[in-house]
Amino acid sequence: MGNKTDIQYLAPVDIELRQQNKYCRFKKMGIDYIDYKDSEFLMRFLNAQGKILPRRITGNSLKFQRRLAVAVKRARQIALLPYVADNLK
Amino acid sequence: MTTYETVFIMNPVLSEDQVKETVKKFVDQIKANKGKITNEENWGLKKLKYAIQKKKTGFYNLIEFQADGQMINDFEVELKRDERVIRWQTVKLEKFALAYADRRKKKLSTNSKTE
Repeated sequence: MGNKTDIQYLAPVDIELRQQNKYCRFKKMGIDYIDYKDSEFLMRFLNAQGKILPRRITGNSLKFQRRLAVAVKRARQIALLPYVADNLK
Repeated sequence: MTTYETVFIMNPVLSEDQVKETVKKFVDQIKANKGKITNEENWGLKKLKYAIQKKKTGFYNLIEFQADGQMINDFEVELKRDERVIRWQTVKLEKFALAYADRRKKKLSTNSKTE
């Protein structure tokens, strides 16, 4: 017999997991040029293995995701960012 | 006269004045081809994120210059021929990149919204 305090929900409580509305951080902050030289900023868009995060995770708009990809590849060329890493963060 | 920006990495075994001499050599070559140096930065010895030619560190240097396109090819041939330089990258600066470079030179905040 479940005691009084033990509340059982009939319908599963839907917890809002997804971050509300993703925004493109470049549009919001008014950044128009992604510099390939400051690697700390670019590091935020890489995962632990040094791969570029997809748009659905970062919420970037298509225009800036492409510029970001170009910047990251240039940074990798001059060894500011690794091609492959295991513990980047 | 389009603006270009070249970042190149030099061999870490070089001494300080050899680094200066290498940079001077490229600066003179740009000047010889009627180019104009607008900015020059020396980032010094930095750790490379992956080994280049079995070396873990390198002297980084940036030269931002205005030149016409024809001289870039033989500028890069010179970079390729020089053993002291182990990696280089020349980038053409477009509209936004130019504005960014100017802000960076004046050490302002580097995004345009806060102007």
